[in-house]
Amino acid sequence: MPESPPQEAVVKVENLQTTFHTRIGPVRAVDGVSYAIGKGETLGIVGESGCGKSVTAFSLMRLIEPPGEVTGGAVWLGQENILEASETRMRELRGSRMAIIFQEPMTAFNPVLTIGYQMDEQISRHLGVSRQESRERAIDMLSLVGIPSPRERYANYPHQLSGGMRQRAMIAMALSCDPEFLIADEPTTALDVTIQGQILELIQSLQERLSMAVQFITHDLGVISEISDRVLVMYAGRTCEVAPTEILMSAPRHPYTSALIRSIPKFGQRVSRLPAIEGSVPSLYELPSGCAFQNRCPNAGQRCRDSHPPLTEMASGHQVACFHPVDR
Amino acid sequence: MTAYILRRLLQTAVVILLLSYFCYLLMTLMPGDPVDEMIMANPEITSADIDRLRALHGLDQPVWVRYWNWASSIASGDLGYSRTYRVPVTDILGPRLLNTFVLAGAALLVAVIVAIPLGVWAALRKNSTADYVINLFAFAGISVPSFWIAIVLILVFAVYIPIFPAGGTGSIAFDMTPWESFVDRLKYLVLPVLSLSFLSIGTYVRYTRAAMLESMGNDYIRTARAKGLGWPRIYLMHGFRNALIPLITVTALSFSTLFSGAIITETVFAYQGVGQLVFESIQSNDFNVAMVAFMISVSMVLLMNLIADLLYGVADPRISYA
Ligand SMILES: Nc1ncnc2c1ncn2[C@@H]1O[C@H](COP(=O)(O)OP(=O)(O)O)[C@@H](O)[C@H]1O
Ligand SMILES: [Mg+2]
Repeated sequence: MPESPPQEAVVKVENLQTTFHTRIGPVRAVDGVSYAIGKGETLGIVGESGCGKSVTAFSLMRLIEPPGEVTGGAVWLGQENILEASETRMRELRGSRMAIIFQEPMTAFNPVLTIGYQMDEQISRHLGVSRQESRERAIDMLSLVGIPSPRERYANYPHQLSGGMRQRAMIAMALSCDPEFLIADEPTTALDVTIQGQILELIQSLQERLSMAVQFITHDLGVISEISDRVLVMYAGRTCEVAPTEILMSAPRHPYTSALIRSIPKFGQRVSRLPAIEGSVPSLYELPSGCAFQNRCPNAGQRCRDSHPPLTEMASGHQVACFHPVDR
Repeated sequence: MTAYILRRLLQTAVVILLLSYFCYLLMTLMPGDPVDEMIMANPEITSADIDRLRALHGLDQPVWVRYWNWASSIASGDLGYSRTYRVPVTDILGPRLLNTFVLAGAALLVAVIVAIPLGVWAALRKNSTADYVINLFAFAGISVPSFWIAIVLILVFAVYIPIFPAGGTGSIAFDMTPWESFVDRLKYLVLPVLSLSFLSIGTYVRYTRAAMLESMGNDYIRTARAKGLGWPRIYLMHGFRNALIPLITVTALSFSTLFSGAIITETVFAYQGVGQLVFESIQSNDFNVAMVAFMISVSMVLLMNLIADLLYGVADPRISYA
C-alpha cells in the first residue's frame, strides 16, 4: 500500500488496478495506472475505445460493480485514500467533492423526473439547504452553463431538451455542489460537431472559473490537444505515455502516440486516406506477454515480446513506456 | 387530452358495437332457442303454436333484424327480461355485477400488495436464495390451475380448520347490524379473493422483477449513484419509479382478465357473481342475460385498455396525448 499522501495534487492515482472477474477468467481492464492532477489543471486521457478509460473513471468514483472490482492501488482525494473509504463516506464525496459527466446525455438523466428535481436531489443531499434555496441554486447553475430561460428548463423533463442542452444541464448538475475534482468521460462524443465545440469551451471556461482539477477523457486526440494541460495515453489498460500537451503533440516518443497523431486529419490537408494504425487492439482476454502494442508496432523487437516496458522518465514530466521510443 | 379521451371513447363504442353484433351471431349459432325449451316443456304443443311463438318472439325474422331490435332496446335502456329468473335483466345483473367487482377488485388489491414488494425484493437480490424462492413461488402461482387452489383453500380453511365458509356470498340473516353484515361479507370473500389473486400474484411478481431489473440497469441509475444518493432513493425514486410504467399497463389490463377469470372461482365457491350468471344463462338459453353479461365483459376489457393508456401517460412524461 502507498505510504504518503501527495502534497499539492487534488487527486493522485497510484498504481490503480481494476479487474473484471469474467467467466473466461480475470481481466485487468486497468493495470497499474498512475497520475496526479493539480488544482486548476486538466489532464487529458486518450486511447482507443475499450482501452479502459471509462473503467478508470468509474474506479475513481468507486462506481465499479460486480463482476468488476478495484483490485489494487490508491486514489488520494486530498489527504484521503478513497479506495479505503466506507460506502457511506463515498456517498458524501460523490456529487459534492468529486463529480462526473457521462458520455450519453440522452440516457444519463432519469426520463420521468424533471431536470430540476434531479438537480435538487443532489443539492439538498449535499448542501442541506431549503427547497427554495436549492431551487435557486439549480436555476443559477443552469444559467451559468448557458442554458436559455433556465427557470423553464428547470421544470422541463429531459426529453424536452436537445442533446446539447441536456449535456449542459448534466454539467450544471455535476458542478452544483462545487466539486474540486471533475471527471468528464467523453462528454462530447455523442453530440453534433458544432455543439461539441461549444461544450468544450464551456467546460474550459468553467474550469478556469472554478479552478477544479479536471480529468478529461476522449478517444479523440484532436479534442484533447485543445483542452488539456497534460495528456496521458492509454493502451489496453496501461499507460503508454504522459507528457505536457505541446510536447506530446509535437514530439511524441511512444510509437502508439506517434501513430495516433499521424491519424488526426490536419486542417486544409488533402488526403485520400488517413494513415490508420495497422492491426487491431488485442483483446484483454488474450494479451500477449510483453508489450501489448507489439503486434502493431514498427519498432517491436524481441525484448518487447519478453517483458513489459516500464514507464520511464525521458525528460521532466515526460514519461514513456517503450523499449524503442521514436526518435525526435 | 380531452380530445384524446373523446376520440378513444368513440373508437371504443364502435368496437363494442361490432363485437356485440358478433356475439349476437354466435349466440344464434348455438343449438336451441327459447322456443325449443317451451316445446320440450309442453308435449302437447302444435306446430301452429310453435310458429306463433316464434313470430311472437321475433325468432322468424332474419338475424340482423333481430339484432337491430335487440340493440335498439338496449340503447334505450331496456336490457330485456330474464326467462329463467322471471325478472328484468337489470334487477338480476346489478347485484351480481357489484359482487364480481368486489371480488375482482379485492383480488387485484391483494395481488398488487403482495406481488410488488416481492418482485422488487427479488430484483434487488437477484440470484440470491430469496430470489430463487420467490421465483419458484411465482411459477407455482402461474402454473397451478385456479380451481385446484380454490379446492385446496376450501379443504384447509373451511374443512380442516373451519374458519371461513366453504362457499356462498353472505349469510342469510335478517337481524344483522350493518357492521355485522359487512364482517359477514368479508368472511365469505376471503377464500375466493385469495384463490383469484393467487394466479395474478405469480404473474405480477415476474413482471415487477423484470421491470425493476430493466430499470436498475439503466444509465440514470449510475448517474444517481454518482450524485451520492442513498440506496432507498435510488431504488424507489429512480428504479421503481421507472419500473412502474410497464407495471401500470400490465395491472390495468389484467383487471379485465381477473374480471372474466372470476367465472371459475365463482363457480367453485358458489359466489353470486356475473361469471356464474353467464355460465347458467348460457346453459339455459337465457339469451338476454347472457348477451348483456357478455357486453359488460367486453366493455370492461376495452375500458381497462383505455385506462391503462391514460395512466401510462400520467406515469411517463414522454407520452403526450396530442
Ligand atoms: N462489465 C464488464 N465486464 C467485463 N469486462 C468489462 C466490463 N466493463 C468493461 N470491461 C472491460 O474493460 C475494458 C475497458 O472498457 P472501458 O473502460 O469502458 O473502455 P473505454 O476506454 O472505451 O471507456 C473493455 O474492453 C472490457 O474488456
Ligand atoms: Mg468509455
